[in-house]
Amino acid sequence: MSSKGDNPGNAARRKFLADLLRTAGGVGLMAAGVGLFARQSAALPATAIRPPGALPEDDFLGACIRCGLCVRDCPYDTLRLARPGEPVPPGTPYFVAREVPCEMCEDIPCVAACPSGALDQSLKKIDDARMGLAVLIDQENCIAFRGLRCEVCYNVCPVRGKAITLEYEHNRRSGKHARFLPEVHSNACTGCGKCEEACILEEAAIKVLPIHLARGELGHHYRLGWEEKRKAGHALVSPDQPHQYNLPKGLDYDLQGEGLLRKEDGREVPYSANPLDTLNRRSRP
Amino acid sequence: MDPRERIPGQESAAARGWLHAHRWLILRRATQLGLLGLFLLGPWFDIWIVKGNLASSRTLDVLPLTDPLVLLQELFAGHMPTTTAFIGVAIVLAFYLLVGGRVYCSWVCPINMVTDAADWLRRRLGLRGGARFPRETRYWVLGAVLLMALVSGQLVWEWINPVSMVFRGLVFGMGLAWAMVAAIFVFDLLVARRGWCSHLCPVGAFYGLLGRGAVLRVAADRREACDDCLDCFVVCPEQQVIRPALKGADKGLGPVILSGECTNCGRCIDVCAEDVFHYTTRFNNHSPVIGHEEKSEVLP
Repeated sequence: MSSKGDNPGNAARRKFLADLLRTAGGVGLMAAGVGLFARQSAALPATAIRPPGALPEDDFLGACIRCGLCVRDCPYDTLRLARPGEPVPPGTPYFVAREVPCEMCEDIPCVAACPSGALDQSLKKIDDARMGLAVLIDQENCIAFRGLRCEVCYNVCPVRGKAITLEYEHNRRSGKHARFLPEVHSNACTGCGKCEEACILEEAAIKVLPIHLARGELGHHYRLGWEEKRKAGHALVSPDQPHQYNLPKGLDYDLQGEGLLRKEDGREVPYSANPLDTLNRRSRP
Repeated sequence: MDPRERIPGQESAAARGWLHAHRWLILRRATQLGLLGLFLLGPWFDIWIVKGNLASSRTLDVLPLTDPLVLLQELFAGHMPTTTAFIGVAIVLAFYLLVGGRVYCSWVCPINMVTDAADWLRRRLGLRGGARFPRETRYWVLGAVLLMALVSGQLVWEWINPVSMVFRGLVFGMGLAWAMVAAIFVFDLLVARRGWCSHLCPVGAFYGLLGRGAVLRVAADRREACDDCLDCFVVCPEQQVIRPALKGADKGLGPVILSGECTNCGRCIDVCAEDVFHYTTRFNNHSPVIGHEEKSEVLP
């Protein structure tokens, strides 16, 4: 190799290749570092809610160009642009429901302002927005669950009576009152956060969470018998055969009733309490 | 006088007056700060002429402007921006094709003030040496930026992009973006001369590629007057672009600086006591075969 190195063309080529590899290596290292950092920090805190029409978080981070036009066009200063150092990807818009909730403008100016498509332009009715989902997260401290009248969340809800309903329930503590329990319905809740802002507790008992945190998901193989029955119009399985026990007349078998039962309805029982009597009688011709 | 102790521009100031020797620098700073001011009128004084930031903005509620590189990243990440964004990009592309791609770097970008300051201090303190790595590194970084967007489906570069982060920070709240400013200042001051803007920054690399066909250019159209004082070379952030235009007469090269890497900052025009450099268009690149007396007609 050393003799070849004497050739100036070869030496230049080798230096060129070495420089190329050095640069590529350095840049690759930087890219790996930035990529890892971005991957690690991409998790959004549960209290940071994206604007209406925001794409699912992974897509949002690929589409949002961090221009802040949605923030500027928000008439209520609900939206803010994450600063470097905050636990939200820098430059992306979000709001904290407990501080300033979304006022659900009819013309959705934040979506109209978005040039990148990170806020879905096809969102035309604000009631269709799903920024998050309100969850009555602390039933121990919600005063409605303690039997007191409150209903603040129910009353401030912009989709009143649909996104949050009040369910009446017997108050078993007092024995004679009703409890008015707020219940959130995901088919109407936009996640605007008015309920969380208005909750009278020191720390809200009802909170807006990102949908993926707020909702469970039933296994896709799962079928609910009664719904299948309703869809089919009839039972999909034959009804259970009642158990047949070959027991002497007047006796019954029920394990919950702890085994062999004697029907004592006042009439003469043809059998003695001693099973041996029956056996002896049977054995008689 | 030891050329190392020479302060570039001093001779020009003595010959033509301080203001004349700093006019493009002053105009440039005024443009940079003026643009920032336009964006700050809204949040500070509730006068909404421009909304948004350099990634995308809306002027007087009608004119959309969008940064081509950030939109390119979004496309690589697999997302389709709105028509408004494409119109904004088209306007920006047209503008920079006209005035020079890296005019963005020297006349708009806020980081330019940081790195210019670092370079100025570096000269004042007589700091020399430091890390050396090829200027082509930035094109690799640009490739990596787009590759990262393609692979991850996210705008990974925008997590740390100091150019967008600092301007956005100034308009929307800095947070820890000051740390980024400090890091770049220290890097340019102590680690590598003109390390960020002229070696690493992929935004500059992108606008440099764009500027390859730009109309407005700087030309050494009075190059025969050059007295080899090196002032232009010392102040230039992209020194490699000067030589072909200034000293290329023997090789048949025209006097116009055609490299897209030239930022059109005009600092060479300022510091040259011999009045060698001028702004011109790329079409004025007369071949040096033309005699001197004819060539002087090119002067603006």
